[in-house]
Amino acid sequence: MSAAEEVVAEGHQAVEAVPKRAMTLGTGTSLVVLAALIIMPIFVKNFIIFQMTMLLIYGLAVLALNILTGGSGQFSLGQSAFYAVGAYTTAVLMEHFNVNYALTLPIAGVVCFAFGFLFGQPALRLSGVYLALATFALATAMPQLLKLNFLEHWTGGVQGLVVTKPDAPFGLPMSQDMWLYYFSLAVVLAIYIFSVNLLRSRSGRAFMAIRDNEIAASAMGVDVALYKTLAFGVSAAITGIAGSLGAIAVQFVAPDSYTITLAISLFLGMVVGGVGWLPGSIVGAAFIIFVPNMAEGISKGLSGAVFGVLLFLVIYLVPHGARQVAMLGQQLAGKLRKN
Amino acid sequence: MELFTNQVLAGIATGAIYACMALAVVMIYQAIDHLNFAQGEMAMFSTFISWQLMQWGLSYWAAFAVTLIFSFIAGIAIERILFKPLAKAPVLTNVAGFIALFAIINSSAGLIWDFTIKQYPTPFGSSPFLGSQLISTHQAGMIGVTIMLLLALYFFFQYTRIGLAMRAAASVPESARLVGINTSWMIALGWGMATAIGAIAGMLIAPVVFLEPNMMGGVLIYGFAAAVLGGLTSPFGAVVGGFLVGIFENLAGTYIPGVGNELKLPIALALIISVLVVKPAGLFGRHIVKRV
Repeated sequence: MSAAEEVVAEGHQAVEAVPKRAMTLGTGTSLVVLAALIIMPIFVKNFIIFQMTMLLIYGLAVLALNILTGGSGQFSLGQSAFYAVGAYTTAVLMEHFNVNYALTLPIAGVVCFAFGFLFGQPALRLSGVYLALATFALATAMPQLLKLNFLEHWTGGVQGLVVTKPDAPFGLPMSQDMWLYYFSLAVVLAIYIFSVNLLRSRSGRAFMAIRDNEIAASAMGVDVALYKTLAFGVSAAITGIAGSLGAIAVQFVAPDSYTITLAISLFLGMVVGGVGWLPGSIVGAAFIIFVPNMAEGISKGLSGAVFGVLLFLVIYLVPHGARQVAMLGQQLAGKLRKN
Repeated sequence: MELFTNQVLAGIATGAIYACMALAVVMIYQAIDHLNFAQGEMAMFSTFISWQLMQWGLSYWAAFAVTLIFSFIAGIAIERILFKPLAKAPVLTNVAGFIALFAIINSSAGLIWDFTIKQYPTPFGSSPFLGSQLISTHQAGMIGVTIMLLLALYFFFQYTRIGLAMRAAASVPESARLVGINTSWMIALGWGMATAIGAIAGMLIAPVVFLEPNMMGGVLIYGFAAAVLGGLTSPFGAVVGGFLVGIFENLAGTYIPGVGNELKLPIALALIISVLVVKPAGLFGRHIVKRV
């Protein structure tokens, strides 16, 4: 082996290190954001409430990817597959077995955790672009697998399944859209708090140690294989729950809603929000939901190009995504306080 | 048995395309350590340029030559203008940049040339090759061009000063800089060459898949798969990977029941992942020893 070969791997980190404390907003800011999210639906139309719900759901899926990539440093282009499994679990349980929609969420979570954990096993040996290709394969295969003939009785084949939208419980005077918004908000909030605590726990520190330097982590006694697959499992479970919520909100599941495009969108959402910064997930979700619409508004024929140019602008101005903006804001606020 | 030989030969012919694409992927990967997700779209755009030139009355080979020069310069320009500013940005930000480039090129090509399917001429003709029914002259031509390209690249990297400089800049940039190699321009050169190779792949495959803005979607995935299978650090491996993927794809489609066209891609990818699990650096890749 030549000296050159030994040198290559040094200083070569796929995902930059984000310190544990820099992963979240401060308590005060978090509460203000939460209050805004709670009050807002009262003042807007149902369609906007629906869009806000989708924002939360995509935000949750981006958060899941962020735990995987920002937390454990593994790169995935296959999140749409886990999202699809979650969505289909909910749709099948609700339509074929009449299970209550709220109960389908934890079931989808468990199913996707198992799925992600098992997928993580062979993926263990792969890293970087090799892992990206493996997950990419999963994402391209998923729509085809959902169309398979022998599953058609359950999945509805190409046609997909229609999902019933739930009414607000206890006779609450709320539209279905509004109820679903608050329901999603509660779920997202619970998972967000869980994620923050997970990343601050012993397991979270193990994830980050693997992200920053796998060999050093294993030398310190971190069970690299276990924690890498665990990160995959947790990320898949959360993505699956997002998929469940998505199926309920859109009232429809079909194989072609869960293509590689969705996986790429979620990836872009993570980058725009800032890799490893959890609140950025919502900012990233807003980018992938609203910017394509905006691009369409600017020019119908060139919407793809406009989207690309906007994306370039964002990554030139803030290569670290929304996190960079938030940090700048914090510094400014700090200076103002001193003066 | 005849069916088998037939499928293998057809596989080698499509494999030649994947090999070209994989070669382009490896070229950029060597230069900058990233997979270029926009590679297929860049090749598609180049192919459209050559088509446009022929519409304006140029002969096939004149259009071919002009397109190569255009692609080479365009590749360098894309690196200088779009990606050089991102050199210090995180890896994932760069990937987002590739996706943005993909969207821009795809959408512009659609606007300029619209999404209708266009015929693309072949310089080799489409009669049976040497009187055999197994492959057409175009398929034989594709294989020939790929092999020539590989040889040319081999001589370029092995026996020219600039090829040596590019290899040095890719493997040990710091030391290369110390001996006076302009590593930044070597990266740009890598982009130019990769774009030109991609253009060749695009012009060779266009007679088969027809010309339209989304023509490279599938090809690029196979190209990636081939590059990863052969080993991202080995141009030779990329070419072998391309032929293997082509052959396997055809055989799986023919012999595994229930696969058909829909599941061909997932099956091919599944095979590649199985290979990677056993040999994580690909078949011909360099195994990198890591240090803490």
